[in-house]
Amino acid sequence: MLKIESVSKTFHAGTANEVRALRGVSLTIEDGSFTGIIGTNGSGKSTLLNAVAGSFEPDSGSIHLDNRDITAWPEYKRASLIGRVFQNPFAGTAPDMTIAENIVIAMKRGERRSLGFAVTRAFRDDVADRVRTLKMGLEDRLDNPIGTLSGGQRQALTLLMAAWTRPKLLLLDEHTAALDPKSAAKVAELTKIIIEREKLTALMVTHSMQQAVDLPDRIIMMHRGQIVEDYSRERKCRVRVPDLMATFDRVQKRELFDESVAGMLEGQYC
Amino acid sequence: MSLVIGAFTMGLILSLLSLGMLISFRMIRFTDITVDGSITLGAAITALLIARGYSPWLAVGVSILGGALAGSVTGILHTRFKIQEILAGILVMTALYSINLRVMGRSNIPLLDVTTVSTGAEGILAKITGGASRIGILGWQVPMGDLAVFITCGLIVILIGIILCRFLLTHQGTALRAAGSNPQMVRAQGVNNDTMVIFSLALANGLVALSGSLLAQYQGFADVQMGIGMMVWGLASIIIGEALVGRTSIGLTIVGVILGTILFRLLIAIALRWGLNPNDLKLVTAFFVFAALIAPAGFGRLRNKITGGLRHAEN
Repeated sequence: MLKIESVSKTFHAGTANEVRALRGVSLTIEDGSFTGIIGTNGSGKSTLLNAVAGSFEPDSGSIHLDNRDITAWPEYKRASLIGRVFQNPFAGTAPDMTIAENIVIAMKRGERRSLGFAVTRAFRDDVADRVRTLKMGLEDRLDNPIGTLSGGQRQALTLLMAAWTRPKLLLLDEHTAALDPKSAAKVAELTKIIIEREKLTALMVTHSMQQAVDLPDRIIMMHRGQIVEDYSRERKCRVRVPDLMATFDRVQKRELFDESVAGMLEGQYC
Repeated sequence: MSLVIGAFTMGLILSLLSLGMLISFRMIRFTDITVDGSITLGAAITALLIARGYSPWLAVGVSILGGALAGSVTGILHTRFKIQEILAGILVMTALYSINLRVMGRSNIPLLDVTTVSTGAEGILAKITGGASRIGILGWQVPMGDLAVFITCGLIVILIGIILCRFLLTHQGTALRAAGSNPQMVRAQGVNNDTMVIFSLALANGLVALSGSLLAQYQGFADVQMGIGMMVWGLASIIIGEALVGRTSIGLTIVGVILGTILFRLLIAIALRWGLNPNDLKLVTAFFVFAALIAPAGFGRLRNKITGGLRHAEN
């Protein structure tokens, strides 16, 4: 279970560029659930994901995962509990190394890396079997440098690698946004298959309303560093893309209204 | 012939420098200037210990540790204190200049008629040949001492090459190579990238200091100036090695770097024989590295122009 408690983060505090990216966000994710986060640009959805992954330490609040307080853990240490897929399809793999070598690195996540040979015959057979489930023909290219593959293939492998050790939490950061429509659909499909097969707990940031409706079983909407809507269980089953768009509009209008009211009051009293 | 065997021996000794730089420059992708200082450190420690009568093998061991320490300092300056790679290297290199003077106590220590790592091999050769001072190889008369050094260095290089290759194929070694290729990726896979950088630089500079240790024993002296330009020589050797065998596998890359260094020393020996002024050597080397660095980019662009059209047609 992931438990985020009133986490706040301000970037460039005290300067003209001050951004209050997260304003006391609290969120609990149950084991085995798949949650999608949507929101406008700069709403803090990626920042929230990065806070969980450990890219920075929050200014206040705490993060618990698997009953452990990971708030002060560095990024590499959290990796023992967390698998990640990035927006950039090239970020999750080492381009100069072969498919097998990349996977062997992911396989040892959270374990001590020994001085035994990394890519052994038994390991190669295991890899080939799992890579075959991607249905991309990559099982015959295990010794090719991963840099020779397409973005979609690399992202599919990153997903496979992230799920390899069955982490306590899988973080997906707009992982289909940089792919062509065909690859994006393929990776989205694989995401659903792998999460269901491995029974993973997942948190996914997405720009695509359709994806938010199709894949997860809970949708969180963020705006200006806060959670403004939470569609879970029954509400999530009924929600459609137009509903989400309408909510977006409502949230944004409310804000415009707030500002205009503030301006009016200012005119009256100052 | 003694010129050729000299160039070979020199190539073998400096191939350890190149192998160290292969780890820092090519694997962990760290532009490590410490090299110029740590090779001298290896030579200085060796000269001091041998001159005081310690075993040459002990001197080799302490030299490697000294180099590893220098490398880790550079790594810590970069990772812990966020100092740029090159500046971190320059700081340690500059500090090492004084440290090397302190270690040696003066700017030059001669090593004449002392026990070196090749003394053992010399004894064995003398037994086999019955005490001859020269031996005929392919019609050339080779001094016994030179042959002993050559064999000893050859064995050390082969041993180090095998250990290094074996290490780079382990889980740790694979993570090390990945850390150079994509630091973000290895962090997400639970590897402490900072520790990896420090460890790689320690390993790299340990090898460089080993090279310096053997160099001092072969040349018969250690000099505080001897490290200047060594980094560029190592880089030139790596480039030649990659041109020779490519970078298809770890084993081939290591063999290529060793062969590249030997070839580079042979080229230098030939150039000097043809009348190249030794003072111009570093200028020529620097120019060679410059040319080699810009050449692949030019070739790459040309290659893309030729094959790019074909690839698009396939899709």
